[in-house]
Order: sequence, then structure tokens, then C-alpha cells
Amino acid sequence: MTLRKEFLILFKDLGGLAVLFIMPVVLVIVVTLIQNNTYENITNQKMKVLVIDNDKEKVSQQVLDEITQSGSFEIIQSLDGVTQLDENRLQEEVIKGNYQLAIVIPPNLTSNIQKQIDNNVEQVLEAVVESSESSTAVESQSEQEVRLYFDPALQIAFREGIKSAIDKIVGRIENKFIYQAFAEQLDLPENSEFLEQKNLVVFNEIIPQEKELIVLPNAVQHNVPAWSLFAIFFIIVPFAMNLLKEKNQGTKVRLYTMPTNTFILWAGKIVTYLVICILQFYLILIVGRYVFPLIGLMPFMIGGQLLNLTILTLAVGLAAISIGVLFGTFAKTEEQSSPFGATFVVILAAVSGVWVPTFAMPIAMQYIAKLSPMNWGLEGYYTLLLRQGTLWQIKYEIILLLLFSSLMISIALWYDKKKRSL
Amino acid sequence: MNAIIDIQGIYKKYKESEFFSVEDVNLQIKKGAFFGLLGPNGAGKTTLISLLCGLIKPTTGKILIEGKNYESFEKQIKQNIGVVPQEYALYPTLSAYENLLYFGSMYGLKGKELKKSIDYYLDYLGLKEHAHRSIQSFSGGMKRRVNLIAGILHNPSILFLDEPTVGVDLQSRLILVDLLKELHKKGTTIIYTSHHLHEVQELCETIAIIDKGKIFALGSSEELMEKTQTTNLEAAFLALTGVNLKEHE
Repeated sequence: MTLRKEFLILFKDLGGLAVLFIMPVVLVIVVTLIQNNTYENITNQKMKVLVIDNDKEKVSQQVLDEITQSGSFEIIQSLDGVTQLDENRLQEEVIKGNYQLAIVIPPNLTSNIQKQIDNNVEQVLEAVVESSESSTAVESQSEQEVRLYFDPALQIAFREGIKSAIDKIVGRIENKFIYQAFAEQLDLPENSEFLEQKNLVVFNEIIPQEKELIVLPNAVQHNVPAWSLFAIFFIIVPFAMNLLKEKNQGTKVRLYTMPTNTFILWAGKIVTYLVICILQFYLILIVGRYVFPLIGLMPFMIGGQLLNLTILTLAVGLAAISIGVLFGTFAKTEEQSSPFGATFVVILAAVSGVWVPTFAMPIAMQYIAKLSPMNWGLEGYYTLLLRQGTLWQIKYEIILLLLFSSLMISIALWYDKKKRSL
Repeated sequence: MNAIIDIQGIYKKYKESEFFSVEDVNLQIKKGAFFGLLGPNGAGKTTLISLLCGLIKPTTGKILIEGKNYESFEKQIKQNIGVVPQEYALYPTLSAYENLLYFGSMYGLKGKELKKSIDYYLDYLGLKEHAHRSIQSFSGGMKRRVNLIAGILHNPSILFLDEPTVGVDLQSRLILVDLLKELHKKGTTIIYTSHHLHEVQELCETIAIIDKGKIFALGSSEELMEKTQTTNLEAAFLALTGVNLKEHE
């Protein structure tokens, strides 16, 4: 009867149901779409780059050609019909946020690089043929400064990525010039094969998998479990509210005057909300599997782990509910419980690696993350979904979640009993 | 005396309080009595009722209900008592019927027996037509009536009522009082607190006046009037508790 009563209360509260079921789905869809698009922006979408080319020679031309050919950038050299941009205007455009990147190529870049490379090559060759007595004086060239203006709002990781890409392009051009200089000095034909540069080292990205079934990590595989976990933990808020309402309505007092076992009352509530957690999780899985492809996202791959995921979700749900039991028991008013519960979940998500991977956190925060039940859940989900792990491999996460739940519920029950015996 | 409730030297002091909310209370209530507990606000009435219902434990002293104490026979005692708290103590989004079905089941009632009991009392208190409406759509008087039914569905031998008619209209009060008389006639022991002194005078055979946690006077309304040389219970009450404002809690 307690189960029936709890479900009736839940299903008669349409606003509460929306919070429990619609909000997590919206959250997972929005976050995955954003993260997926961000990834695609970096890789597929062209970024407009303002350029002042003060060199207009071989090197600058080649740099701009390679930047264009990379497919990630579109070169803009004139604005509003003005073809000769000055550096101040360029800065202004970046500061306003109209452009995220601007490049200023210094004058005489080609001739200076050429001179420097020729000198260096000449010196090397002279050293090789041991004719140092006839060496010519080396004219040292100062470093050539290509100025990059970044929009301050651009994220550091993104900025570093662009810098690295441009550096790679310039490095390749420098190498080509060096090879050409050697070819000239050694009277090799200009179309020699070795001038066609190929990378000497290539990278083959391999994701270790223990099973034959391979589920590739992507934004969907990361986000569905992470944000499902976030949504499940939000059950803390309605659960604590449910307890407080019973306290404030007087129904809790009435129930304590009845011959019912307190354990049954608590168990009824906990089981009801556990069912809600599982339904939330299944709903998100269904959305990930069948709705994501309809909105241009990769489908979520369960990889034959449904049973293991359900067992882990039960442990995760119990941990979340146990925090709700604690908050609902300690809080005196709904005004205390609701904002505190919501803020607590957000902080827990941040600490646990839902937003930023734990390995990217400062060492102290990494230790704190290991104490968080949300982190245990997240590790469990990643082990099952991304590493294709087994239930045995997540036994410690499940045990920790169950121990945590027992501890929270025990503290709450002890406090409740103590309050009543005052 | 055949005491169904035996209170022996009860003291109750809350942890955060400097004073005893109930102090040296010794009381025997006989089986089948209609017992009134009168006192100003904060006199200790609700604390005494909470002690008798087993909601809180006394600091010292002993309470025996039908010869049993809460430490050893909590479940048996709670099965035989009914409690109607001062608050509505109902789930506002559930209907009257759903509330009663749930609270009745907590006493172990089920099936036809439970439904029959619910139907009988809903009909008695004029709520049959409103049985499937949510409590939050009910008037104060209707909520009071459902609140009472939730405490008597299992036919308790002792019924504790903490101001069951507060804030209700005359019609609702009359029907509630009528049901209480009916229950009393059937042999239910009723412990009743109220601020409606006329009601207490009409219903209760024995009245205890409590103030500052102590029982000041005990007896029938006639005995109390005689003791205070007054002509009605209200005057007797004021003579015993004083005319100054009472704000103890």
C-alpha cells in the first residue's frame, strides 16, 4: 500500500513528473548536441581568419595556401572593400569578437627565412667537406615574428590547437626550404623525390577492447551515461521534498502513531524512487538509441550491457536516494532543502568528472573525486560502456555505492529516532 | 477503578527547553470514559497526548495503556488506539478515499472490511459524494471530517483527539460531535482536547485542567464549577488558570 500511495502521489504531480522524466531527457539531448557540435566545429567547420600579408612572397603565400588547404580556415584579407588592412583595424575586429583569429605576416619573411636557411645549409656543408678555412661570414637573422591575435573569449584548448596547427604548417614549409637549399647546393634536380615530404612517423589510433564487440568512444557514448547519472542524482531534490511534506503536513506524525513497521514505510518510499531511477535511465537509453539518430547524432550503443547497466543503476539510484533521505530528515523547511539539494548535485557533478574528466583536475580534486558516489557510478558506466567491462570489473564501485547508501540511511534513521526521543 | 490509561508520575522536558512541558502528572482514565483535557495555549495538552500516543518518550515516569507499556508492547498498543491530530495530516493530492484506503491499510485492514468501514464513515459524515475528490479541493470542515475518519477506521478502543473541531463551521462541528457521541456509546474511550468549553461540558464526563504542564484540577464539569464557586465551565476554567494571556510555548 505504501508503494501504491507513493506512486499515486508522484503520478498526480504532473510538474514533478516533468522534472523527473522530461528534464533529464532534455538535458541529455541538449548537452550531447552541444558537445557533438563543438567537436564538429573544431574539425569540420571553417573558421574565418583575418590576414595581413606584409610579405606577399613565396613563404607567406605557401603558409596561406596550406592554411586554406587544411580545410579548417577561410582566409579574409579585405574588409568593407578595404584591401590594405592595418593592424589596428584587425585588432579591433578581434576584440569585438567579429573574428576569433587574425594573423599578421611580417615584411620580408620569405627573403629572411631564405637567407637564414641558405646560411645554415652552407655552414653545414662546409663543415662536412672540412673546408672551414674558406668559410664565409655568416649573417645571423633575427627570429621572424608572425603575430596571432586571438579572441579573448576563445577557449585555451581551442587556441592551443590553432597555434599548433599553424606551427605545423610553418614547420613543414621551413623543412621544404631546407631540403631545397640542400638540393641547390648539391646540384640535385629540383624535382628530386625526397623533396616530396612525407611524414616519417604516422599515428595509428587504437582503442584497446577486450571483446570483439567494439563501441567507439564519442560524445554520445560519453554523455549519455554521464548526464543520466546527473539526472538520477537530481532525485535527491524531490525525495527530500517528499519527506519534508510528510513532516509538515503531519502525515508523518500520524504514521508514527500507527502499528506499522518504520522499515516498511521507508522501504516503500525507497523502492518507489528506485523504480523511478530505473525508468529515468531506460528512458534516456531509449532516447539515446532511437531519437539521437533522428536529430543527427550517433545512436547510443548499449553493447549488450543492459543487465549490468541496470544493476549498476540500481546501486547509483540507491546512493542518490540515500542522500535524499539524509537531506529530507535533517532539513526543517522545503526552502532549506530544495536549493541546497540542487546546488549539491551540481557541485557533486563538477567534482565527480561529469563536466571535466577527473584526470584533468588538480591532484587534490582528483582525490576528492574518488570520494564521490557520482564518480563511482561514472567509472562504472565507463567501464561497462566504453571499456566493455564485466559486472565483476565494477564490483568495487557497486560495493562502495551500497556501503555509502547504508551509511547515509543509517545516519538519517538515527537522527530521526533521536529527534523523536527528545 | 478499571483504568484503561494509567499515567504514573510523568515528567517531560524537551532538550531545547528550560521548563518541563509536562510535570508530575498522575492520572487514571477509566475504560469507556469521555475524558476532556483543557488548558490554555502551550499548557502541555499536545505534549501529554503525544506521550499517550507513543510519539515521544517521557523523561521520567510510566504510562500504561490497557496495562501495557510502550517499551515492550508498542505495536499492540498502537493497534488499539486511534489518533486524530490537530493538523489535517492527510495527503493533499490524493482523494479522500485514497487517503483512507492507505491509512486504513496501515492498521492491517484490507479488502471488503476496509472499504465497508470507509464507506460507512464517509456516508455518516456526509462525504460520500466527495470521496474521489482530492483533499486539496476540500473545505476546512471537510478535511476535519476525513481527518477524524482516518483515526477511527479500525475501531480503536481508545481514541485521542487533539482539538478535532478547531476552525470548522457549526454544521461540521455538530456532525463531528454526533459521531463522537456514537463512538462513546459503543464503548470507545475518548481523550479529547478542545478550546470549545461548551463542547467539553456537553461531551466529557471527566475533565482535567492542565496549565504549565501540571494538572490543576480534575473532576466532572459540575465538580469543577462547585470547586471554583462558578456557574459555568468557562468561568471555572478562568478561575483555575487565570485571566492573563498564556504564551508558554
